[in-house]
Amino acid sequence: MQIIDLLQSIMPMVLFYSAPLIFTALGGVFSERSGVINIGLEGLMVMGAFIGILFNLTFAEVFGTFTPWLSLIAAGIVAGIFAMMHAVASVSFRANQVVSGVAINMIAVGLGVFLTREIYGSGQTASIAEPFYTRTIPILSDIPIIGEMFFSGTYYTSYIAILLAVFVWFVLFKTSFGLRLRAVGEHPMAADTNGISVTKIRYIGVILSGVLAGLGGATYALTISLNFSAMTISGQGFMSLAAVIFGKWHPLGAMGAAIFFGFAQALSVVGRNFPIFADVPNVYLLIAPYVLTILALAGFIGRAESPRALGDPYVKGSR
Amino acid sequence: MKNKLMLIFAVLLSAILVLSACGTEDEEPAEETDDETTEETTDETEEEAPDFSVAMVTDEGGVDDRSFNQSAWEGIQAFGEEHGLERGEGYDYAQSDDAADYMPNLNGLIQQEYDLIFGIGFELMDSVEQVAESNPDTNFALVDDVIEADNVASVTFAEEQGSFLAGVAAALKTESDEVGFVGGITSPLIKRFEVGFVAGVKSVNPDIDVRVEYAETFSDEQMGRSFANSMYSDGIDVIYHASGAVGNGIFTEARNRIENNPDDPVWVIGVDRDQYDEGQQGDHNVALTSMVKRVDVAVQEVSEMAMSGEFPGGEHLILGLEDDAISIADTNDEAYTDEIHEEVSDWEEQILNGDIVVPETDEELEDFIDSL
Repeated sequence: MQIIDLLQSIMPMVLFYSAPLIFTALGGVFSERSGVINIGLEGLMVMGAFIGILFNLTFAEVFGTFTPWLSLIAAGIVAGIFAMMHAVASVSFRANQVVSGVAINMIAVGLGVFLTREIYGSGQTASIAEPFYTRTIPILSDIPIIGEMFFSGTYYTSYIAILLAVFVWFVLFKTSFGLRLRAVGEHPMAADTNGISVTKIRYIGVILSGVLAGLGGATYALTISLNFSAMTISGQGFMSLAAVIFGKWHPLGAMGAAIFFGFAQALSVVGRNFPIFADVPNVYLLIAPYVLTILALAGFIGRAESPRALGDPYVKGSR
Repeated sequence: MKNKLMLIFAVLLSAILVLSACGTEDEEPAEETDDETTEETTDETEEEAPDFSVAMVTDEGGVDDRSFNQSAWEGIQAFGEEHGLERGEGYDYAQSDDAADYMPNLNGLIQQEYDLIFGIGFELMDSVEQVAESNPDTNFALVDDVIEADNVASVTFAEEQGSFLAGVAAALKTESDEVGFVGGITSPLIKRFEVGFVAGVKSVNPDIDVRVEYAETFSDEQMGRSFANSMYSDGIDVIYHASGAVGNGIFTEARNRIENNPDDPVWVIGVDRDQYDEGQQGDHNVALTSMVKRVDVAVQEVSEMAMSGEFPGGEHLILGLEDDAISIADTNDEAYTDEIHEEVSDWEEQILNGDIVVPETDEELEDFIDSL
C-alpha cells in the first residue's frame, strides 16, 4: 500500500516535470536523426520561454483563457525561426555544428535578458496572469488507483507531450518523410543519389527541433516559473539532450528517459516523507536524480548508437 | 570516438558558458536609470551639496534584480537626492556581472575617491575584506555578512524577528494546524529565517506542526513546486519560504490549487520584498503576507552615520524591527485580517520592548520552546 501512496503523490509531479523535457527531447531527436547535432536546445528553450511569457503578458487581456495556448504556438514559431540560424550556419555554411549550437545558447540568453530589460526595465518579468492550470480529468480520475496517479492534478500539456512522442515515432518510422530523414542522418550520400535533398531535409529537421524546443521552453515557463529571467531555463535543455542520448535517439526512448528524470527528481522531494526513506539522509535523496542518471547511462542502456552521419556536414559529390 | 569526446567536451563547455552568461549582459538599462536620476538631481543641486560621496557594488544579481541590489540602490539614490548629491560624483553604483568583477569594481570606486563604499551581499565578503586592508583610509560597509576591520561596517538583518512575526501570522491563519517552511541552501542565514518562523508559530500554539524542507538551491522553481505540491497535499495550508526563485514554484502551486478550487485554503508567505504581485490569482491572492527586508533603509542609515562623522567602523550593526529595516507586509487585507494584524502588532510590541528574544539557532530554539 505504501508504494501505491508514494506513486500517487509522485506521479502528478513526474508528469509536469517531464513535459518540457519530452517536447525538447523530441526536437533533439528530429535534428540529430537528420544528422545535425543540436547543442542549442537550451537556447531554443530559452527563446520559447521568453516568447511564451512575452506573448502571455502582452495579450492576456485580448485572448483570455486561450492565451496560454496561443503563447505556446507563438513560442514554437519564433523558436523555429530562431533555429534557422543554426540550420543556415551548420547545413548551408557547413560550420562546426557544436560551435553553432553553443552560439545559439549564448545568443538566446543574451537576447532574452536584453529584451526583457528593454521592455520591462528589469531583469525579470512580472508573473503572468493566464498560465496553464492543473486539471482533473472528469471520468478517468475516478478509476481507482490509476485515476489518482495519472488523471488528477496534471496539465494538459503533459498528455500532449506524451501523445506527441507517439506521433513523432509514427512520423519517423512509418512515413516516407521519416525514412528520408533517417536516411539523411545515416548516409547522406546514399540519400542524395536517390534524389532526396539533404539540405532541405536537414533544414526541416533543425527547424522542427526549434519548434519543439520552443514548445518545451514555453511549457516550462507557462506551467512552472510563470515569469522569465536569465535563470528560468537553467540546464533543462541539456537534460533533454541527455534524454535524447539516453533514449538512443528514439522518440519513445527519449520520452521514457525524460519521465525517468522526472521520477528521480520527484522521488528526491517526496520520498523523505515516506517511512521507507525516513532513515536516508537528505543529501542522498537530493543527489539521487544525478546518481541514477549516471548509473543508467553507464550501466543499463548499453552502447548508445548515434546516427552515423551525426555531426558531419554534407558536401555534395564528396566521398 | 574523437568526435564523441569533442561532443562531450563541447557540451560541458557550453554548459559553463550558458551558466556563466546568466545574469550578465546589462550595461544598457543602467544608462536609462542614469538619465532619470541625473535629471531629478540636477534640480536639487541648488542646495549646497555636502562634501561626501557614497557608492555601491552589486553582487551578481545586478542593480535591477527587483530584490536585494535594487533595494540598496534605491536607498543610495534616496540618500543622494535628499542631500543634493550628483550622480557620478556624489553617489553611484558599479554592477558586477560575475564574481570576477567584484575586485575591479571596488578598486574603480576607490580610485574615484568615494568616501563610503558598500558591498551588497555576502558574496562580496572576501573582496571587501581585501580592499579594506589595502585602503585603510576609505570606509567600507558590507551588507549581509560580517567583516572585522576598523574601516568596515558590517550590516546584517534580524531576519529572525520578521520570520517570528510571519510565524505568528501563519499560526493564526492555519486551519489544519500544520504549516511548512521551505529554505534555500542550508546556511546560518537561512537558519535564522527557519528558527524565527518556528518560534513564532509555537508561541501562538505549541501544538502546530511545522514541516521544514531545504531545496539546497535558490534557483530551481521546479523544486519549490514539488515541495509545495507535497506539503499542500499533506494538509499543510501555510508555507513560508526563504528560497529566492524556488519560491516562484510555491506560488505557482498555490495559484493552481486556488484556480481548481477557490475555497482551498492555501497560503504562501513571501520573503525579502512584498511578494503580493506573485500571489494574484483572479480575484484572490494567495500571498498571506511577506517578510520584508529593507536594504534601502540599512544603506541610508549607514550613509547618514558616515556623513555625520559617526561611521560605525569595525562595528556589526544588526538592523531589525526597531530600525524599520524589517517589517511584515499587510497588502493582502482580505487574507491578512485586522485580527491577525492586531495580534502580530502585539507580538511585535513584545519583541520591541524586549519581552521576547527571538532565537537564532537550533539550540536557542529548543530553549525557547521549552520556556513557553
